[in-house]
Order: sequence, then C-alpha cells, then structure tokens
Amino acid sequence: MYDIKTTYNAKSVREALRLLSENEGAVIVCGGTDVMIRIRELKLRRATLISILDIPELCEIHLDTNEDLLIGPGCCFAAICGNDLIRAHVPMLADACNQVGSPQIRNIATIGGNICNGAVSADSVPALMVLDAMLELTGADGSRVVPIREFHTGPGKTVLKADSEILTCIRIPRAKYTDHGGCYLKFGMRNAMEIATLGCAVNAALTRDGTIRDFAIAFGVAAPTPLRCPEAEALMVGKKATPALIRELRKAVLLETRPRDSWRASKELRLQLIQELSERATVQAIENCGGEIHV
Amino acid sequence: MFKTVRMTVNGKAVELAVDERESLTDTLRERLGLTSVKKGCEVGECGACTVLIDGVSKNSCIYLTVWADGHEIITVEGIRGKNGLLHPVQQAFVDEAAIQCGFCTPGLILTGVELVNSGKKYSRAELRERISGHLCRCTGYENILRALEKVVGSESD
Repeated sequence: MYDIKTTYNAKSVREALRLLSENEGAVIVCGGTDVMIRIRELKLRRATLISILDIPELCEIHLDTNEDLLIGPGCCFAAICGNDLIRAHVPMLADACNQVGSPQIRNIATIGGNICNGAVSADSVPALMVLDAMLELTGADGSRVVPIREFHTGPGKTVLKADSEILTCIRIPRAKYTDHGGCYLKFGMRNAMEIATLGCAVNAALTRDGTIRDFAIAFGVAAPTPLRCPEAEALMVGKKATPALIRELRKAVLLETRPRDSWRASKELRLQLIQELSERATVQAIENCGGEIHV
Repeated sequence: MFKTVRMTVNGKAVELAVDERESLTDTLRERLGLTSVKKGCEVGECGACTVLIDGVSKNSCIYLTVWADGHEIITVEGIRGKNGLLHPVQQAFVDEAAIQCGFCTPGLILTGVELVNSGKKYSRAELRERISGHLCRCTGYENILRALEKVVGSESD
C-alpha cells in the first residue's frame, strides 16, 4: 500500500486548480512514474494526490494559427514519439523522448511531468531548451508564460508555484524549428531504464552559403540545472562550420558548465562527455539542416 | 478510504470497492486472484507487473487502481483464444523454450500481445528495444527474442 491520504481525479484544469487550492500540500500527479516512486521511497508521506491523467485538453498536439507547435504537457512520451507533427517538425524531440525509461514507462510518463519534476537529468528538457520552448503556467487568476530557460532554479526546483499552478501548454516557436536541424545525445551506462550521465542537445540553422545563422546548445546533468551555453552559442553564429570552429566550441562549453562528482559518474568523465557530446551533437545537427563538417 | 472502481478486466465488467492506496498489481492479485501479474521491483523498472491498459503495456505496480476506473485491463489470464488454445505468443514461448523460472514471462507475453495487436513486424533490433522494460535474469533473452521473432519478426519470413 502506498502512503496516501486522499486521491482526486480531476476532469479539467479548472477542477484540478480548485482541488489544489482546497488541499494544502496536495501533489499533482499525471503518469506517476516519478511521484509514485517518491511515495515508495517515503520521500513523500501521507500524500494527497490530484490526478490530471484524465484531462483530454492537456493531451493535444497541434499547430497554432502562427504555426508555433503546441504540445499538451499531459502527452506521454510514446504519444510524442509517434506524433506526425513532432516527427515532421522537431524530430530531435521525438528522439529525446524515445530515450526515456522503457516502453512501459514511455506509455504513461508525460513530458509535462519530466519538466515540472525539475530533474537535472530530464531527457526532454535540453531538447526543449534549444527549441526555445515557452511554458504556459496556469493558476486560478490566469496564465503566465515562462521560457523554459528560466524555469529551473536548482536540482528538483522550478519557478512553478506547485500549490497553485499547473503547466498547461508547451509552445515551440515556428522560427526555431523551420529550416533547423537538431540532435539530442544521451550518454548512459546502458540503453534502457537509464538516467542520463550527461545529455546534450543542439539546434542549428545555416544560411545558403553554409554559414551558421542560428545555434543553440543545452546540457542536462552538466550543472545544478539543465542549462544553455549562450557564450558558446555566440561564438558559433556567423561562422562557417569547420573543424577548427568545433575545436573552439569544445573549449567554450567547459567555461559555462559546472559538472560535479556523483555516484553515477566522476566530474572528469562528465567534463570529457561535455566536450565529446558537444562535438557529436553539433556535427549531427548541422548535417540534419543540410550542412556538412568533416571532423 | 475505499472507493468504487468500475473497469473491464479480461473482457468482464468488474465493479469493486478498493482501498485508494492500492496499486493495480495488488488489486489484480489479491482481490481478483490474477496472480500472473507479478510483484518484482515495485518501482516500475523490472516489468514483471506489466498489464495492458486499454491495449497499452504499463507497469501496474506504480499505477493506482482508482486510476483504472472506466478502463480496460488485460492480464495473461485473459488472452487465451475462444477455442481454449494458447495465444500465438504463448505458444511461441513454449516452442522456443523462452521460459526458465517464469517470473518475467507474463509481462513479456503481454508486451508480445501488444506487438501482435499493432499489426506491424519488427526487426531483431526493434524487438530488443521493445522488450527493454522487462528484466529476465535466467534466459539471456535469446530464446525470448526467437519466440517473438516467430510471431512478429520481420526477418523470420
């Protein structure tokens, strides 16, 4: 038996917000693949759970009138991997989502949970960061929009007001996927049921003559929060993608990341991974938007 | 607190009062006697508790029974054909000796049923990926992959 005080099953966002305001300390649960483990490990006791698993409005994927891609946070990873819009416009995100857990986990674990849980190792987050995803957080008095780059504040900590807000939409701007190529690489000790030792996502676009016109790089498990590397990015923009530039990138990313020792991997290994995955993800992303680098 | 849950289990409508702290694994095993659903790691890693919920494989150990209200559950007890014969996936596991201690088998069979129901064929690499949510400590997976290839393999025919 789980150490649960009460469970509620919300049928709409409005109902979930009402239940949240009426029950102090209540926790929103969707797929449950993180929350239930926390209860099992006694990190969460006498839990009041508000399930949002049965809210259809949170499970849609569609294009907005301006062609921004809108993803419902209640979509499970399998739904994202199998969605035609995602595969057509942001295949990197499908790749990232396909590397979470196992098939059974991906059949229920949601992208919204992956974000709100605040884990530094969340596979979907570096990909969403380089796509400049915007998060719509809804409370009783309306919604606010927060760039995912400003969402994480520490390990397991985010700007979401967990007692009064719910993540209701993930928006990927059209300008960040059109004519772009992306790549997410995850390093782990095994392929399935693995928490990333390090994750790296790159999103890039080239001009007609092969100059880099847009470049974004983000990491998971390279600092206390998932993070972008703006200075390394600035170094890349406006230049031709050459092996020499990639060598500069390998040095630049070390200045903006702060990996640490953990039982999963040493700081030294992570520093090496940050460099190596930066190079590999960049080469692949540039190839995916029609360019080529011979390293 | 007890709550009433209405769900379909192996094709039959079931209405029962469950403790809201209960996992679906516990309800299926203890209240409905469906002991093919195994308790392994109980944190969603080993796949021994896998059931099909609305046709999709999920770990029942981290799924509360109250969430199953209105849904359709299938366990290995519910996959036998009308003629009483084994499901083709079960028969393939027997033919290929894909079973040793048997603890992981019900979960793997249900993943196999899900693959059959998808109507697709799978390469060996795809099958390895599709069964990656099941831990088997006996077989080394070779015979399991052979059995699945017999039924849904793209390289076998």
